[in-house]
Amino acid sequence: MGVLLLGEIANGDLNRDATAKAVTALRPLGDITVLCAGTGARGAATAAASIDGVAQVLVADHEQYAHGLAEPVAALLVSLAAGFDHIAAPSTAGAKNVMPRVAALLDVMVIPDVSAVIDAQKFERPVYAGNAIQTVRSRDAQKVLTIRTAGFDAAGDGGTATIADAASADDPALSSWQSDEVATSDRPELTSAARVVSGGRGVGSKENFAIIETLADKLGAAVGASRAAVDAGYAPNDWQVGQTGKVVAPGLYVAVGISGAIQHLAGMKDSKVIVAINKDEEAPILQVADYSLVGDLFTILPDLTQKL
Amino acid sequence: MKILVPVKRVIDYNVKPRVKPDGSGVDLADVKMSMNPFDEIAVEEAIRLKEQGVAEEVIVVSIGVRQAQETLRTALAMGADRAILVVAADDVHQTTEPLAIAKILAAVAAEQGAGLVIAGKQAIDSDMGATGQMLAALLGWGQATFASKIAIAGGRATVTREVDGGLQTIDVALPAVITTDLRLNEPRYASLPNIMKAKKKPLEEKTAADYGVDPAPRLEILATREPQGRAAGVRLASVDELVGKLKEIGVV
Ligand SMILES: Cc1cc2nc3c(=O)[nH]c(=O)nc-3n(C[C@H](O)[C@H](O)[C@H](O)COP(=O)(O)OP(=O)(O)OC[C@H]3O[C@@H](n4cnc5c(N)ncnc54)[C@H](O)[C@@H]3O)c2cc1C
Ligand SMILES: Nc1ncnc2c1ncn2[C@@H]1O[C@H](COP(=O)(O)O)[C@@H](O)[C@H]1O
Repeated sequence: MGVLLLGEIANGDLNRDATAKAVTALRPLGDITVLCAGTGARGAATAAASIDGVAQVLVADHEQYAHGLAEPVAALLVSLAAGFDHIAAPSTAGAKNVMPRVAALLDVMVIPDVSAVIDAQKFERPVYAGNAIQTVRSRDAQKVLTIRTAGFDAAGDGGTATIADAASADDPALSSWQSDEVATSDRPELTSAARVVSGGRGVGSKENFAIIETLADKLGAAVGASRAAVDAGYAPNDWQVGQTGKVVAPGLYVAVGISGAIQHLAGMKDSKVIVAINKDEEAPILQVADYSLVGDLFTILPDLTQKL
Repeated sequence: MKILVPVKRVIDYNVKPRVKPDGSGVDLADVKMSMNPFDEIAVEEAIRLKEQGVAEEVIVVSIGVRQAQETLRTALAMGADRAILVVAADDVHQTTEPLAIAKILAAVAAEQGAGLVIAGKQAIDSDMGATGQMLAALLGWGQATFASKIAIAGGRATVTREVDGGLQTIDVALPAVITTDLRLNEPRYASLPNIMKAKKKPLEEKTAADYGVDPAPRLEILATREPQGRAAGVRLASVDELVGKLKEIGVV
C-alpha cells in the first residue's frame, strides 16, 4: 500500500534535502507518494518527482496550504490517508506541528523522530535528549511518523514520478496566518550544511557573534547556537541546536564557548568530527569532542579564521 | 475564561538519564523528578493571563503516578488556582502515551469548560512533542504550537511561533490549544508563603477510567539501549595543530 510523505516546502520551494533524506529512510517500506501542498506547489512537485525513489507526487496547489497551518494541512493528509500504510514527514518544525494532529484524527499514536526504520512496524527513536534509544513496535493499523533526517543521506536525482492533482479538503478555518519574520541568508541551511560553527554563552554578546559568523563564512559553514546564546539575544531562535532545537549531523561541528549540556549534545553529538573551543578544561563538551583547544575564544578564533 | 494547563512530572533536566542494564528502560528509581520545564513556562503564562484579567481561573492537571501531586503543588504554589490529578499508573516506569493523555485531557477540558489549554511543546523524557496537537485534534480546536508570544483579545489568540526559518505569527480562534516554547517567559519561583498556601488549594483525584479512557499503549517498547558513545578525543596545544589535524583528515 505504500507511504504518503508530506514534502517539506519552505517559501514555496521544496526543501529537497529534508524530503530526500526522508525518502531514503522510508524507501524500504514501499512505494513513496510525496504530497506537495501550498500555493505554487507545482514547482516543488516537479522537484519532488525527480528524487530517486519517489513513485508518485500529489499536488494540492491552494492558498489554504500556503503557510503550513496545522488544521487545513492535517485535514488534507487525513483525506488522502486511506490508501497508505505509512503517513510520514521529515521532522521539521512544520511537520511536528501537523503530524500529531493527523495521528489523533486517525486515532493512532504518532511515532516522532524516527532514527531507524527496522521494518513496517518497528522503529527506533531517541528519547531523554538522546541519552537512550528506544525500539518501538506500533500496534496501529496505520503508522504516522516523522523522520529525524540528520542520520540519513539524501536520495539522489533521476526519479521520474508521475504528478497528479490532489483534491483539497475542507479547511476547518480555525486559524489564520498573520506574518512571517524570516531572515534570508546566503549561508547553507543549518540542518543540511556539511559544516556548522556554533557559539554559546561564552561569546558574550550579539556583536561578538560576528567572530563566529566570520569563521563560519571562511569554512562555508552554517551558524548554530546554544539555547543560552539564543535566550540572551546573541543569536536568532532558528539557530538553536539541541534537544528542543535543531538536530544536525554535519561532517564538521565546531562548538565555541559552549559548555556541552546534555540538551545541546542531543542536537549535535552524531556529527562526524567535533571540535570544541572552550576556556574551561572541565567543560563536558570536551568529552565528546574529537579535537579540543582549551583557551580564550577571542584569541583562538581570529587566529583560526586567518590560518584556515 | 478558564485556562487548563497540563503538567507532567519528569526526570529533572539537570540529571543525566541512565539506561537500565537489562534494556528495560531508563532508571527512574531514586532520581530527582521535577515539573517538565516547558510546563513551568505554560503555568507562568496562564498565571500572567489571569493577572492581566484575561482569565478567571487556572486549573492544572497531571496524569500519571500519585507522586505527580508534588508537581501539581508546585504549580499551585506558582499561582494556579486548583489541581486535578488523574492516576493512570502505579509505577514511575510506566508511561502513558500522548494519545491517551490527549483523550483524558479532552474529557477534562470539556468537564471544566476550559476556553484555552496551554501545554508544553515537549516532555523532556519521552521527547514526543505530540500531546497539544493531538488534544486540539480531538476537541476540533485550532492550535498554535511553539509559542514565543501570546496576546489574547476578542475571542482570538495572536501567537508568535518559533519555526525553522524564524518566527511566524498566526491568529487562532478560541477555544484553542497553545504549546509553549523556551522564549515565551521566565517562570517565577514560588515564594515560601505561596508554597504554604498551595497546600490548602483544592486538589481533586481521579482515574483514567473516570474519563472512560483506555490508557493501553499503542507503541510497544521492545528495547531501550544506550546510544553509541564517542571515542575520547585529543586535546591540542595550538591553533596550528588544529588546522593541521583538520587538513589531515580532510574536513577543511
Ligand atoms: C527544557 C530545556 C530545553 C533545552 N534545550 C536546549 C537546546 O535545544 N539546545 C541547547 O543548547 N540548550 C538547551 N537547553 C539549555 C542547556 O541546559 C544549557 O543551559 C545550555 O546549552 C548552555 O548553553 P552554553 O553552553 O552556551 O552556556 P554555558 O553552559 O554557560 O557555557 C558557556 C561556556 O563558554 C565557556 N566560555 C566562556 N567564556 C569563554 C571564552 N572567553 N573563551 C572560551 N570559552 C569561554 C565556558 O567555559 C562555558 O563552558 C535546554 C534546557 C532546558 C531546561
Ligand atoms: N502525563 C501528563 N500529564 C499532564 N500533562 C502531560 C502529560 N504528558 C504530556 N503532557 C503535556 O503535554 C505536553 C507535551 O508532552 P509530549 O507530547 O509527551 O511531549 C507536556 O509539556 C505537558 O504539557
